[in-house]
Amino acid sequence: MDLDLVTSILAIATFAGASLVLATIGEIFTERVGILNLGVEGMMIMGAVTGFAAAYRTNNVWFGVLIAGIVGGLMALVHAFATITLRADQIVSGLAITLLGTGLASFLGQILGPDGGALVGLTGPKFTKWPIPGLSSLPLVGEGLFNQDPIVYSLFVVVPVSWFFLYKTRPGLYLRAVGESASTSDAVGVDVFRRRYGYTVLGGVMAGIAGSHLSLSYTPGWTENLTGGRGWIVIALVIFATWNPARAVVGAWLFGGVNAIQFRLQAEGTNLPSSILNMSPYILTIVVLVLITRTDKLRQTIGAPAGLGIPYYREERG
Amino acid sequence: MTFPWKFELERRLEVSRWVSWGVPTVSVLVAFFFGGIILSLAGAPPIETYRAMAAGAFGSISEWVDGNFFAVTETLVRATPLIFTGLAVAMAFRMLFWNIGTEGQLVMGAIAGTWVAIYLPDLLPWLPQTRWVYIPIGIIAATIAGATWAFIPAIMKVKLGVDEIISTLMFNYIAILLYQQLYTGPWKDPEGFGFPGSALFPEFTWFPKFSEMPVLNVLGGRIHLGFVLAVLVAGVLWVIMDKTRRGYEVRLLGENTNAAKYAGISVVRNVLFVMILSGGVAGMAGLSEVAGLGHRLQAGLDVGNGFTGIIVAWLAKLRPWSVVIVAILMAALFVGGDQLQISLGLPASISGVLQGAILISVLSGDVFTRYRLKVTRIGVVAPAVGEEA
Repeated sequence: MDLDLVTSILAIATFAGASLVLATIGEIFTERVGILNLGVEGMMIMGAVTGFAAAYRTNNVWFGVLIAGIVGGLMALVHAFATITLRADQIVSGLAITLLGTGLASFLGQILGPDGGALVGLTGPKFTKWPIPGLSSLPLVGEGLFNQDPIVYSLFVVVPVSWFFLYKTRPGLYLRAVGESASTSDAVGVDVFRRRYGYTVLGGVMAGIAGSHLSLSYTPGWTENLTGGRGWIVIALVIFATWNPARAVVGAWLFGGVNAIQFRLQAEGTNLPSSILNMSPYILTIVVLVLITRTDKLRQTIGAPAGLGIPYYREERG
Repeated sequence: MTFPWKFELERRLEVSRWVSWGVPTVSVLVAFFFGGIILSLAGAPPIETYRAMAAGAFGSISEWVDGNFFAVTETLVRATPLIFTGLAVAMAFRMLFWNIGTEGQLVMGAIAGTWVAIYLPDLLPWLPQTRWVYIPIGIIAATIAGATWAFIPAIMKVKLGVDEIISTLMFNYIAILLYQQLYTGPWKDPEGFGFPGSALFPEFTWFPKFSEMPVLNVLGGRIHLGFVLAVLVAGVLWVIMDKTRRGYEVRLLGENTNAAKYAGISVVRNVLFVMILSGGVAGMAGLSEVAGLGHRLQAGLDVGNGFTGIIVAWLAKLRPWSVVIVAILMAALFVGGDQLQISLGLPASISGVLQGAILISVLSGDVFTRYRLKVTRIGVVAPAVGEEA
């Protein structure tokens, strides 16, 4: 196989997968603590639109990222308040967050531009690539891993730290314990309420930042439906990654890789219908889902947190 | 100093009629209040905006007197797919089967209906080319297509234990990509001047409009057979779910799965039954859109009717007749929102914001139908009258 082709596919896959990795790790934290948040799509698209608007107005991409993170966090806070404090159904509340997010993002996209106008079609600031001298010219992986924007580089820290935090630290242990059994954790003095709030909001912050990576780097600018269902892919990727941050990278590469291959095929003018290729990640997700649910041993070691989606009310502890 | 009040939630043993109606009403008002704040921030006067939306969705008395029901019929047209998808979701959610895939089932129904309309007449030339033959065939085909698309995740759930939220969701994307491939590729109209979309359906496959029917023709507009079909389906589902043994089993499974299992109710049979029903109804929505409005397979089917159906079903508390009412109100938000663009120059997407706000508000407010808020003063020494020390 052509080495250049592999290099470029790897580069695009990494670039396209970055937002997926960030949002997936965020959702892993949320689901590990026992809260299912189906609002990722809504939080990402809100991050994308507010991040772009903030960056456009201040001409500062970092400010955009900051705002996107805050907005994503606030959206997740609504979900946390509805499900943890007000005991609403997690599935419906998550869907509501997505609906609210997509509606609000489209609305904001039409009024946050200059003079209360639309953001669509504006060219704003965007992240530039920071090639790392020497490393970026490595064969095969150089382009993909060492000629990227700062958000992609941040994953070199975020992924291992998240993994280490979850599996090797005490707060990480508490976090997983709450997700496995909230009542047992409460009984030994772990603050279930506060942890569930905290990690749900953290998941939202990461989803918001992931959204801003789309509007400030991957496809700079704002268009309606910018996230294009990536938030739903994230929900699938969490399962694909079996709730492990390290494995999220593999899944995101796969999904990003499909994007990359499609780019190449279109550039070379092949006849393979792009929609057939586009379907493959969704079909693959279903296959993985079947595999991890079918194999009992796999389910026990890498399956869903036992308490995922199960609300916990102290006074109704049974 | 600590906060002197303590808030506690206490489960209500009985929910009075007043509470079960009052709480959602207040929740919707709260949502409109927050929507009003967003509107004001965006520089639009809330009251005037809401009034313009209502006029856009339902028209005005002077228009009705003149026999102009255009606004109302547009709202009913928009409500039609939402009634179908709302009913589809409601059926599945009743037994806690999270069918997020009505969007894909709708699209599959439209694909099947398109195949019947464009390819069946050539395949079976002896078949009488009248509406009396082709509309029922279309409905059957769309129902089977939607039901099949729902059946696959359902069988994966009951036989393999695969989580249906993800599988139905993935099936949405697969169906939508297939549909886009078809109308831009193999099924593209050869005489369409390169415009993406299938050929126009022959007229004997079109759903008749109200304007072609006796009595109903006073309404005029674009409203078509699909609306009648949707209301009929609501009636049928109401009978099945509320008046038959099967419906009772499904309800019991949703309310207490273990008790139902011990009573010998089959989960497998009921999940498959409900999902075939749910997918079939969603499939009809797709047919109704292509055979009733555009008369061809083209862009614009995947506009989120499946997701809005979830809101509709939830707000309607999964009750078939309430689904019809809520779907019409949701459609009014859409149509009213579109009118804002024309009348006040505001973005139509405000309706999406309001819908999201209403759902979150009703969902969160629901806690007060199930629980009573108990506020107690803490740190007060004097015991209440009559209380033993």
